[in-house]
Amino acid sequence: MEKSLVINPDNCTGCLQCEMACSYENEGVFNPSKSRIKVFTFHQEGRFVPYTCTQCADAWCQQACPVDAISLNLVTGAKEVNESSCVGCKVCTISCPFGTINYNQSSGKVIKCDLCGGDPKCASACPTQAISYVDADQTGLDKMRKWATETDHASTNTPANA
Amino acid sequence: MQYIIVGAGPSGVIACETIRKLNQSAQITLITGQSEPPYSRMAIPYFLEEKITESGTHLRHNSEHFSSLGIIVINEKVNAIETSKNFVRLADGTELGYEKLLLATGAQAVSPPIDGIHLDNVHNCWTLEDARNIASKAVAGSSVVLMGAGFIGCIILESLLKRGVNLTIVEMGDRMVPRMMDDTAGGLLKSWCESKGVRILTSEQVTSINDADSSDQKPLKVNLKNSPALPADLVICATGVKSNIDFLKGSDIAFDQGIIVNEFLQTNIDNVYASGDVAQGLDFSDQSWHVQAIQPTAVEHGRIAAINMVQNNSCKHHGSINMNILDTMGLISTSFGQWMGIEGGQESILLDKKNFRYLNLQFKEDCLVGISSLGHTQNIGVVRGLIRGKVKLGAWKERLMKDPSRLMEAYLASL
Ligand SMILES: Cc1cc2nc3c(=O)[nH]c(=O)nc-3n(C[C@H](O)[C@H](O)[C@H](O)COP(=O)(O)OP(=O)(O)OC[C@H]3O[C@@H](n4cnc5c(N)ncnc54)[C@H](O)[C@@H]3O)c2cc1C
Repeated sequence: MEKSLVINPDNCTGCLQCEMACSYENEGVFNPSKSRIKVFTFHQEGRFVPYTCTQCADAWCQQACPVDAISLNLVTGAKEVNESSCVGCKVCTISCPFGTINYNQSSGKVIKCDLCGGDPKCASACPTQAISYVDADQTGLDKMRKWATETDHASTNTPANA
Repeated sequence: MQYIIVGAGPSGVIACETIRKLNQSAQITLITGQSEPPYSRMAIPYFLEEKITESGTHLRHNSEHFSSLGIIVINEKVNAIETSKNFVRLADGTELGYEKLLLATGAQAVSPPIDGIHLDNVHNCWTLEDARNIASKAVAGSSVVLMGAGFIGCIILESLLKRGVNLTIVEMGDRMVPRMMDDTAGGLLKSWCESKGVRILTSEQVTSINDADSSDQKPLKVNLKNSPALPADLVICATGVKSNIDFLKGSDIAFDQGIIVNEFLQTNIDNVYASGDVAQGLDFSDQSWHVQAIQPTAVEHGRIAAINMVQNNSCKHHGSINMNILDTMGLISTSFGQWMGIEGGQESILLDKKNFRYLNLQFKEDCLVGISSLGHTQNIGVVRGLIRGKVKLGAWKERLMKDPSRLMEAYLASL
């Protein structure tokens, strides 16, 4: 059974443990600005929303890549960036309608969530279960995935996690 | 079912793969028109700056990729199409029959008709062959004149500088990337480039190029309309492109600037489709039909055309959003959709000249219809989502009018 990240913003307290864990796991530093998951703050409402890639079935990033640098991990369902092939052209960053693949100026490559190979550190670091990693069919189709199909009627894939 | 795909750019390659995904038993033939394996023009700048070697430009890295999918690859050019008899004729005279045909022949560079444009050291920058020529001639210390500061000119600018050349850019328009940026952003980009030692002559034109006199130090003399001539080792011409439609003359496939297609990417001939830089496809923003000539559109077309070829026009194309991202020596700019604004629309602008940051949002009522930016990259893809989804921003429209930088919050609030 494939698993996926489920985000429940109502539980998020804005502690940023997820960003710390992510940047440490992937970049070797505790630096939220290098995290692949981002917590957005709605100041007026005092609300926090963690946000990252849903590994959508359409894989806009993968399709747009001109050099075959994004591939599907068949075990986790994650779309992963192959650092050695990525040329840093950034076309994936404008193609992903969720804005979840970003350019990292210091490496000259793009970065995105790869589910840490099946053990996402953001989920284990989250003290309030705002982020959890659970069996895919428990999550239901989240709104974002629904949106993905609405933005393009051309989907040839059945959702990878369905 | 016999499918022939003509053209092995991103559009043709995605199309072949999509057909295979949908039909395991189809016979698929990809005719590439080139001697190299399928490669990506977009990777050329990175080849020029030596970040990758030639194989790094290949669209698929595994050399067995196509054969493992049972796709037959033919490195020939198609010279003619006989739609009444359903065959294509290759340059070597071979005739190949099809049941469904996709034309994904892309575009080619065009040069202005000036004297000297065919001299040895004058090159376009469109094919891998062009790139090899440029790489061998744009050596450290050489003087290079780049004609055109449009998107292609700008995207190779950094790689030329990284090769250590002395670069002068000559642009006919009054600013850089006029089709992607307004005065403000184009002006900022120009001063950014000048601060990095690039000489940029806007509102200027190359009138002719000639071999220099023996007394000159440089082999070429580039004559300008309003300024003294420039000595050069190499001239790169990036003044425009046009769709590859010449081989259709004499066929009954209809074309204008590009091949005319409907919302299924089908041409006027039922079993012939077209996609990518050769297709005059639908623009999402104003629902007009034109050649966008960008990579995301080429792959979107390729995929949709393939679905329609296999599944009888079951997938309507709602139009592609024109979008670009450009990195000019560290200054990253983007443009999406109707970045230039629309009649009766509204705009919200954030400008920080000192730090080269700019964000210009364009609205139609409470929907975002376009943006242009300098120095904003985080989560930038949501712009596509917001435009494509015609997301009603409601109360967030007013907040964005006050502070365009809250785009990501507006997006999250809409989910
Ligand atoms: C230097 C450079 C940088 C670029 N950067 C960007 C960028 O950053 N972002 C972006 O969106 N776009 C960029 N582009 C544009 C992008 O590369 C094109 O939009 C894209 O390649 C279009 O894909 P396509 O498959 O339609 O056509 P092409 O890639 O042009 O492929 C066409 C194919 O058709 C073949 N062909 C042509 N005629 C025939 C024939 N008669 N018979 C058989 N085969 C034929 C060709 O050999 C080729 O294989 C760049 C282009 C260049 C040159």
